[in-house]
Amino acid sequence: MPPVTEFVTSTSVPLHRLAHARAGDKGDRLNLALFAYTERDYPLLVEQVTESRVLALFAHRGASRVRRYLMPGLAGMNLVIDDVLQGGVNGALNLDGHGKTLSFLLLGMEIVIPAPPEN
Amino acid sequence: MTFLLGSGAGFSGDRTDAAIPVVAELVRRGQPCALLFETLGERTLAAAHRAMRDDPAKGYEPLLDELLSPVLGDCLAHGVRVLGNFGAANPLGACRRVRSLAKAAGREATRIGLVEGDDIRDRLAGLDLQRWEAENRELPGAEALISANVYLGAAPLVQALAQGAEVVVTGRVADPALFLAPLVHHFGWAWDDWDRLAAGMMAGHLGECGAQVTGGYFADPGFKDVPGLATVGYPIIEVEEDGSLVVTKPPGTGGQVTQRTVKEQLLYEVHDPANYLTPDVVVDLSQVVVREVGPDRVAVSGIRGKPAPERLKTTVCYEGGWQGEAEISYAGPNALARARLAAEILRERLGFRAPPELRSRLDLIGHASVFDSDGGDLQMQRQPSESGDYRLRLAVEHPERHRVERATQELLALYCAGPAGGGGVRRHFQRRVCTASYLVKRSDVVACATLFDERSHAHATSH
Repeated sequence: MPPVTEFVTSTSVPLHRLAHARAGDKGDRLNLALFAYTERDYPLLVEQVTESRVLALFAHRGASRVRRYLMPGLAGMNLVIDDVLQGGVNGALNLDGHGKTLSFLLLGMEIVIPAPPEN
Repeated sequence: MTFLLGSGAGFSGDRTDAAIPVVAELVRRGQPCALLFETLGERTLAAAHRAMRDDPAKGYEPLLDELLSPVLGDCLAHGVRVLGNFGAANPLGACRRVRSLAKAAGREATRIGLVEGDDIRDRLAGLDLQRWEAENRELPGAEALISANVYLGAAPLVQALAQGAEVVVTGRVADPALFLAPLVHHFGWAWDDWDRLAAGMMAGHLGECGAQVTGGYFADPGFKDVPGLATVGYPIIEVEEDGSLVVTKPPGTGGQVTQRTVKEQLLYEVHDPANYLTPDVVVDLSQVVVREVGPDRVAVSGIRGKPAPERLKTTVCYEGGWQGEAEISYAGPNALARARLAAEILRERLGFRAPPELRSRLDLIGHASVFDSDGGDLQMQRQPSESGDYRLRLAVEHPERHRVERATQELLALYCAGPAGGGGVRRHFQRRVCTASYLVKRSDVVACATLFDERSHAHATSH
């Protein structure tokens, strides 16, 4: 049987394999700080963890706007998401009014990894 | 000479034995230092105001005794200044309590600094207010208003230290200002030395959440392993006169200080990293550099500062009615179908038994809960396993308690009138406090520090 890689042009992995993240809240606004484990993967994050994809990921919770601040010196980015906390810590009916668990909703995003160039 | 900032607590409800190894290390090193307690969140302040309304002697940090008692004697004996926002809604009440604790430690003559001026509730209606940028709530009428507190900067805390205070008690101050204050006092930094103020503010930002910079809120087994979280060491930040800083922790404690733990905390609750607003300086992190300089030692440099904002953030707390929660479990074969049937029954019952204005939400814990919308989108989309261990949760909100009780009663009744094998019901009710964030003019805020004196403060009350 030939090696599988001969037929694969790209593959996808959860963001969780490439990066780590932390959630913070202020009112009904959430920030997710996201960092590549290695600098090599940072361009993939910049390319694929876009404002529009993050907005789509949190749309079911009412997110209205995402702003992304790139921090190349930290191989990271700060994602600021408005109106996503269902009222925030003093207003939400959600068990997690702070949104502390939501870093791992982001880390479930699929990232396409290009296949290594053929020799 | 290096100044050491030790964290004693990162939120109300934090570990009460965390400060012990921090103080032991501060004492061992014998350098100028301070111990900081950050125990006041948006939610805790609201709870404190409510507690004070029920009992005027309360309204300060409920764990104050447990946090301070194990370390206060050592701090006072070795010149470790203690600063904390554990005054919450009642800094004067906290001063009285600190006096008793100091007395119990054999140091009755302890100088206690009292910082006031954050409480602007009585003046709120007459002030020029602006809505904070991400705020979409209107301010409530006077009848619903519980409290309004400005995030003060470090200046009144520095004033207290200059008066000789060994313990400084505050209410609402910007959390990192607790850390900036002893630096300004010690190094004599000018209030327009923006880069140094920014570095000091970030030393505070990194330290104010306690273990969050030393391996807490971080571990992810197999990806980010952290040793010894049961005895995680709370941070010590070493700061030089030029504002350079190193994050570390007491030797022999658990946890870790790495580039990764520091990077995560660096952006925690930050929005635009080039414009992080604090009362004393606007911090610019766009050129920040984080590097490991030794085991459990991480240096942070390249922090820049810009002039302080014209307005200060204010948290307004107001009545939010009642919240009720109730849960029931279903497990084993066909558990998901039974839990979903229970949810369906509840929806139908609430439809004709609860008033239309009742706000409600159903979670299916084990399938979809904390990630879900209030409408349960994920519960409908996802393919779950049929036989698992699920817990149906109902959360409701209404201005009147009895409506909330009656709605959760419907979940309780599933014991006998719902699907097979439902068990483990728990119900819980609490009053809710809503918060909104507004901005006030700096010139409208008058903060001051005094040394607490039992006699002169005898008749003073803050409400």
